[in-house]
Amino acid sequence: MARSLKKGPYIHYKLQKKVDAMNESGKNSVIKTWSRSSMISPDFVGKTIGVHNGRQFIPVYCTENMVGHKLGEFSPTRTFRGHGGNRKK
Amino acid sequence: MARIKGIDLPKNKRGIISLTYIYGIGSTFATKILDEAKVSHDKKVQDWTDEEANSIRAIIGDKYTVEGELRAETQTNIKRLMDIGCYRGIRHRTGLPLRGQRTKNNSRTRKGKRKTVANKKIATK
Repeated sequence: MARSLKKGPYIHYKLQKKVDAMNESGKNSVIKTWSRSSMISPDFVGKTIGVHNGRQFIPVYCTENMVGHKLGEFSPTRTFRGHGGNRKK
Repeated sequence: MARIKGIDLPKNKRGIISLTYIYGIGSTFATKILDEAKVSHDKKVQDWTDEEANSIRAIIGDKYTVEGELRAETQTNIKRLMDIGCYRGIRHRTGLPLRGQRTKNNSRTRKGKRKTVANKKIATK
């Protein structure tokens, strides 16, 4: 179910602060975050954000198309290398 | 014979059923369209006058995306998901269900026909 519009999109406050600071200073560096449930807002476009997947930070470069998605959608938590039998053929 | 958006409507069925033969129009939209065109739901397609058929055609043309257009739209939506590389896009690429369903068994609609791994028993012996 979609989140109530009244509340607005969820962005972790510390992450928002860091993005704002970077927008002001104009510097570009990777912001690390564990907040996978934060939504990508239009301020994030053009930034690279390291999204934790439980093991490491996956760098996610935000584009305009991604606005409205959550950060976690771009940082997969599972690795699947295929089933054993496939390789023997 | 009524032909709308390149689809032949079956003429011996009621209008409300016939319209659902168009991709993108189900029973809800068919009801709305017929109400707007002021055509009785129970009137069969072969009994439509040219005027009625034309007004229905105009309404569908103006307000609804159907057939090829609609198919193209869904394809671009899926392509967008795949291009941005989000979880749903990845699932589309690998042909697995998108919404967290189990994949240990079932989900044959997405995965297609069963692929049996040959000689599995012999290998384990």
